Amino acid sequence: MKDVTAPILRVDDIKVWFDVKMPGSWPWTKPRKLKAVDGVSFELNPGETLGIVGESGCGKSTLARAVMQMAPVEAGNVVWLGDELVGLDTGQMRKHRKEMQMIFQDPLASLNPRMTIGQIVAEPLKTHHPNLSGAEMKDRVRDVLDTVGILPNLVNRYPHEFSGGQCQRIGIARALVVDPKLIICDEPVSALDVSIQAQVINLLMKLQEETGVALIFIAHDLSVVKHISDRVMVLYLGNVMEIAPSAGLYANPMHPYTEALISAVPIPDPKLEAAKEVMLLDQDLPSPLNPPSGCVFRTRCPIAEPRCAETKPTLAHKGDDHQVACHLR
Amino acid sequence: MTNVTLNPQQPKTAEMAQRMDEVKGRSLWADARTRFLRNKAAMVSLVVLVLVAGFAFFGHALSPWDNETIDWDVLGNVKEMGKPSLANGHFFGFDDSGRDLYNRVVQGTRISLMVGVVGALIAVFVGTTYGAVAGFIGGRVDNAMMRFVDIAMSIPYMFVLILLLVVFGRSIGMLFVGIGLTAWLDMSRIVRGQTLSIKNKEFIEAAVATGVPWFTIIRRHVVPNLLGVVVVYATLLVPQMILTESFISFLGLGVQEPLTSWGALISEGTSTMGYGTLWQLFFPLGFFVISIFAFFFIGDGLRDALDPKDR
Repeated sequence: MKDVTAPILRVDDIKVWFDVKMPGSWPWTKPRKLKAVDGVSFELNPGETLGIVGESGCGKSTLARAVMQMAPVEAGNVVWLGDELVGLDTGQMRKHRKEMQMIFQDPLASLNPRMTIGQIVAEPLKTHHPNLSGAEMKDRVRDVLDTVGILPNLVNRYPHEFSGGQCQRIGIARALVVDPKLIICDEPVSALDVSIQAQVINLLMKLQEETGVALIFIAHDLSVVKHISDRVMVLYLGNVMEIAPSAGLYANPMHPYTEALISAVPIPDPKLEAAKEVMLLDQDLPSPLNPPSGCVFRTRCPIAEPRCAETKPTLAHKGDDHQVACHLR
Repeated sequence: MTNVTLNPQQPKTAEMAQRMDEVKGRSLWADARTRFLRNKAAMVSLVVLVLVAGFAFFGHALSPWDNETIDWDVLGNVKEMGKPSLANGHFFGFDDSGRDLYNRVVQGTRISLMVGVVGALIAVFVGTTYGAVAGFIGGRVDNAMMRFVDIAMSIPYMFVLILLLVVFGRSIGMLFVGIGLTAWLDMSRIVRGQTLSIKNKEFIEAAVATGVPWFTIIRRHVVPNLLGVVVVYATLLVPQMILTESFISFLGLGVQEPLTSWGALISEGTSTMGYGTLWQLFFPLGFFVISIFAFFFIGDGLRDALDPKDR
């Protein structure tokens, strides 16, 4: 899995800012900038799974959309297989969309209720292989449905006739049908029951083993991310706090934010859970409209020092592929 | 890609499935149809409406008379000699000018239904296009387009309609223009709101992520999901159009002689009410009331059928 080849995706200091109009402001006043993603860089190797974790509103989904060129990228580069994606028009981008697909959070909402699942799964094929004959397309759709564990004779059914887990499998089939090199999973399991979560995750891992597809797996459930990811990236307020191989991050979290996150993971054993010490953070997430100066985490950091307010820490290598953005660690 | 098996039974099931025929799914449309067919009030109304439409288009064939010939014998004495009678073929009696009222009502029904349906179609077409474009493009364009609608809506439309008819002359064409000017406004608001909510659904995002061209997205994903609301609103718009037209005609500004409509007939009927020729009022009024009721019941039935969450 971790063969030393060139990364398929390189994200370079990407920034996504949204214009936010203050309520009651005049039409000509300048909108304020919401810094949803503020300078994130990472690389993704073929066949690798990168987990992205962070609390709500930290920019996980926006980052994913920025990679797909579905969010306004303010600055930075996204290099996909050697091609720069930022600034491409829709026609040029369409070529690349075939190779990067997406799975969404709400399984039912991500399927058009007026289309049969056969039509839904065939849509990427129709878009990227318009020359395929009807029969070939049908065969391919049935193959893929079979792969994800949906009986192919159900192609004429509609999404509302399936359960949440089945709908998510159909979503995976839609992503898989064009043989992508990367699938971005935007919280694919957070709307599902725990037992179904396991099925879907195992399915994803199995598919990855067989097709060698790379995954970007976004979640806020740390144990899920640990299970599936090779490397994990911790985001906070649009900034990377820590990137490390999954095992290293969980065994040896270096950033105080990661420590707090990991200490909050519930242990499925009441005795251990009661004895466990949770590192609680003060205050709420600061507004991304008005992020703290210096290190964005300093307002809630238990070990913050005056210099944290002055300069923003950069990601520094701490050995073993482990990178941390903290002045003190 | 080879088979991924999640559990040991699956290959068998998959093989079995291959032999099995494809299961037919039940679309949301099929569901809605079943619900609609089960709605008794709507079904009765549908039958009534079909009968009324049949009356409008083929009713004249049942009568030996036409709608223009004036029976000079009856003219001075409509109250005594102009009563409805099956024997002489004047089923609804005579109107005040000595013409056969049955054929007048057939003519009025035809024109009223036409005004209602055509008016609603225009409103639906213009309103849907306008609202869908505003909603889908969004941003500044949406803002400008919807502010225009707000301004247009703030003008008292009955006033404009009456002015138009007075200034440019009374004709059906002018009536269409006047009604059409205002009727699409509501529609465009409804469609725009619906488009906005559909636009933010994840399946649209999925289509964008896949690289589906935007007009295909509108055609394949937005419009089919809009259709339910549009159909419901259109059926409710038809009686509204008929009511507006009838009101204008009742005032004497709408459809002019020799043409007629329900509103014009009712207007004539009320003016002669005092002479005891009540059939001149009740026949057109009956058709009017029954049809309006039928349209509203069908609209309600469609809404219940197409949007079960909204009950």
